[in-house]
Amino acid sequence: MKIFPFLAFAGGIFALSHQTAFANDDKTALIEEGRYLAAASDCAACHSIKNKPEYSGGVSFTLPIGIIHSTNITPDVEHGIGKYTEAEFGRALREGIRQDGSTLYPAMPYPSYARLTDHDVHALYAYFHEGVSAAAIPTPENGIRWPFSMRWPLMFWRWAFSPAPAKAQEKTLHEFADAQMARGAYLVEGPAHCGACHSPRGLTMQEKALTASDGTSYLAGGAMIDGWIPTSLRQENRTGLGRWSEQDIVDFLKTGRNMQGESFGAMTSAIVHGTQHLTESDLHAMAKYLRALQPFDQTQPNWVYDPTATNALHKADVSARGAKLYVDNCAACHRTDGKGYPPVFPPLAGNPVVMGKDPASLVHVVQAGATLPKTEAAPSAFTMPDFMHRMNDQQVADVVTFIRHAWGNNASAVSAEDVAKLRKAMPPRNMADGDISLN
Amino acid sequence: MTKKHADAIVVGAGWAGSILAKELTEAGLSVIMLERGSERATAVEGAYPESIDELRGAIRKRLFQNLSQTTVTVRNTIDQTALPYRQLAAFLPGEGVGGAGLHWSGVHFRVSPEDLRLRSSVVERYGEKFIPEGMNLQDYGVTYAELEPFFDKAEKVFGTSGEAYKVNGKIVGNGNIFDGDRSDNFPLPVMKDTFTASTFRAAATEAGYHPYSLPAANASRQYTNPYGCQMGPCNFCGYCSGYDCYLYSKASPNVNVLPALRQDPRFTLISDAHVLRVDLDDTRAKATGVAYLETKTQKEISLSADLVILSAFQFHNVHLMLLSGIGKPYDPVSNTGTTGRNFVYQTITSSRIWLPSSKYTNQFIGAGGVGVAIDDFNSMNFDHGPLGFVGGSPVWVNQAGVKPIAAAIGTGGGGTPRWGSAYKGALIDTYKHSIGVDAHGSNMAYRDVYLDLDPTWKDAYGQPLLRMTFTWKDNDIRMNQYVVSKIEPIARAMGATKANLVHLNAGQPFDTRHYQTTHLGGGAIMGTDPKTSALNRYLQSWDVSNVFVIGSNAFPQGMGYNPTGMVAALAYWAAYHIRTTYLKSPGPLVQA
Repeated sequence: MKIFPFLAFAGGIFALSHQTAFANDDKTALIEEGRYLAAASDCAACHSIKNKPEYSGGVSFTLPIGIIHSTNITPDVEHGIGKYTEAEFGRALREGIRQDGSTLYPAMPYPSYARLTDHDVHALYAYFHEGVSAAAIPTPENGIRWPFSMRWPLMFWRWAFSPAPAKAQEKTLHEFADAQMARGAYLVEGPAHCGACHSPRGLTMQEKALTASDGTSYLAGGAMIDGWIPTSLRQENRTGLGRWSEQDIVDFLKTGRNMQGESFGAMTSAIVHGTQHLTESDLHAMAKYLRALQPFDQTQPNWVYDPTATNALHKADVSARGAKLYVDNCAACHRTDGKGYPPVFPPLAGNPVVMGKDPASLVHVVQAGATLPKTEAAPSAFTMPDFMHRMNDQQVADVVTFIRHAWGNNASAVSAEDVAKLRKAMPPRNMADGDISLN
Repeated sequence: MTKKHADAIVVGAGWAGSILAKELTEAGLSVIMLERGSERATAVEGAYPESIDELRGAIRKRLFQNLSQTTVTVRNTIDQTALPYRQLAAFLPGEGVGGAGLHWSGVHFRVSPEDLRLRSSVVERYGEKFIPEGMNLQDYGVTYAELEPFFDKAEKVFGTSGEAYKVNGKIVGNGNIFDGDRSDNFPLPVMKDTFTASTFRAAATEAGYHPYSLPAANASRQYTNPYGCQMGPCNFCGYCSGYDCYLYSKASPNVNVLPALRQDPRFTLISDAHVLRVDLDDTRAKATGVAYLETKTQKEISLSADLVILSAFQFHNVHLMLLSGIGKPYDPVSNTGTTGRNFVYQTITSSRIWLPSSKYTNQFIGAGGVGVAIDDFNSMNFDHGPLGFVGGSPVWVNQAGVKPIAAAIGTGGGGTPRWGSAYKGALIDTYKHSIGVDAHGSNMAYRDVYLDLDPTWKDAYGQPLLRMTFTWKDNDIRMNQYVVSKIEPIARAMGATKANLVHLNAGQPFDTRHYQTTHLGGGAIMGTDPKTSALNRYLQSWDVSNVFVIGSNAFPQGMGYNPTGMVAALAYWAAYHIRTTYLKSPGPLVQA
């Protein structure tokens, strides 16, 4: 008589555990989906610091109004977002409203995240509460000067410039008949928040356009961030992605390198934390969408390779401004014909970064050096040395001018004064943080 | 405290260690790799232009072993007392992650098929009596056909540039007619000839020889290897040997294997870890792990492991075996024991040919692995019968780039002045108009040439130093003299104004004060008989079956070719048999 209830009990446990396993599988899948979306949204770029627990915040951003810090978004109850309900989490993410009702600084790209679907917010919530370890690390005090330290005026900014989620979703999700384009639009305009860097901003720092349908200024190139100029992601032939194939864009986002160029500056973190983790199909969707964006600048003549500079160098004629410096310092990797050895060493001939109106990125790469990041699919990290210790402002100006003039690049000259000015806004010398690639 | 455990411990972070660590992590094992030296980064020490500072580099030995901590002692003959090798000269072992694989030149040969069965081949052609008294001539116990897939794999990992002769039995190009058959072509096209190489090619052809391009692990183009690791293309800057390549174009463990390996969570690399010994259990037939010294803290640490791979430099592997009691130490008097037996080197002399002053040889250009060679007097490619010696030597122009200090040091001497206007005139003439030609020959193993523990000298860690007993023997001296004499018709065909043909002289002892080559070999050789080899044909210790010893220590003879390609192929060969057989049922792969 004792056996029966025991069996029943055991059977009950079996049924229960079976059910739990089933629920666990669903939950695990949801958390994994959230992990994927967190990568697609590049949360780590702002909320994680190397050698500190993941997502524990504390990354500082120097803005004209002072210094702000990213917050701890681990599920820690005291310092993180452990107390947020899913609705509160969604409101912070999509509307920029904190749990206490105050407004987040728009460094958090909630005007883009406004597009996130309820399901994706649900997955992100599951991941940030159950897939991330809690870290009891307080967020440093922000150093914002009064009156900007008052958060209530931000409310007006938010009202004026941040779309309501329902409206934002409608705009992004119903733009395209093609499912792949729709997916690309969702990723680029929503979680990937490409526009946060690559779209121009207005006087009050709002992005001039948040979606493709808002006009051709969307992703037409942004203002300098940490010394780097985000290029146009539209179809300009010279300064945009006009000559990049769909595969070029996919390769770039997956490996940081392709036959046209290589990642440096702020984009590196977006690739390492974010895009390299996306599926091939999502990357192709993003690439296809980007390739459909008509040029903002309609006046650009097509870039055509001009061999004049190459021919001169091949005849040992280094009379052009900066030519000798180029041969001595740059040509080993980038070649006298400017074509480089892609995807290992990037071409300078026809490179959109080189031809930009503002030479800041090019000058800063020469001054500070750069490391091509390693990714899972491309484990080799190549480092270009910084040339600050070898070249003065005049020499940097000369060599940059040579690169901007040669091979049909036909971009404007750069003066020693320009370089001196840029030196003050220079990003930290490459590897100054001790992050050294070991190949 | 419980010891940290890994499925496998790999000692040494050079080519052999990196290949084994990669293969074993691929097989699912957790691997700890221990490296005596520090991490090396192209981005820091290898950065242009500081990396090509010759004074800091080859002259002050930036990438080489620090002899103040441990070294070897050397003597020529058994009746002498050995003294420590205190200044790097004759050979240059590496130190730090990448090992000698970071500072090598990049000449990436396979092997002459007959060299793998040299004893059998000599006996078949000339009879047992042809082998001189006291020569321990032996076969490897593995055939070229067995190794071929692993040579192929290594070339694809290294991004080797070259021109094949035969692929799958079909003649496909202008490669070396003496080569073994290949299953595939080189992954990268052949490197371009320097002026000196093309001059040598034309002259060697005129002299009736069969010139071919050296296979070079200097990338002729940008390259992505099967591990996803990438290389830039070589620009002939001339700073390979003794340097880390700032263009990422010379193959190294650091550039070609470790970037992929470091991404594997099963892999751990511990640098600044000097391995003191392999720990054995009471039966002395099984290794339990290793003990190493954390050099920065001088703390001794023990690790346990199921499998131990010794993949340090050739003589460090033998040293560790002797210190750990793996195998029976070799005794030259009774010719018994195996650890330390068949210690070999290479027989190399460098000659110089001067062209008329209208010809500029542009010796500042170069790459470590680039050049043109002939194999007409290498291996078993010619009739040794009337000559009465075993072995042979490729002859080549290998213009690796003559650096300014080396050019100055290399001029004068041997009866010509080392200072003044005559010296300066010679320096200019030699630098502008001369061609270096090397005879890069084999070196046979002898009963009284061996490695053992020095009875007197100890290293900084209190362990006995390894003792080398080595000198040149008549067989190899005569081989060298014969092959060098064959350079003369080439010099004549080049239109030489002068030639200084350098060869060893009868009775000449080995002299550690001048660089000869870092291609040391043997001491723990592979073979089919546990009485005459320390390792079986899978490079597994006959005595301690969970220890594999990978490196040129396994070569029974010093061959005419540069050893790295053979070491890499043996590493892949051993790894393949560990993965497919040993791990399924650990134990001896060959019954003794």
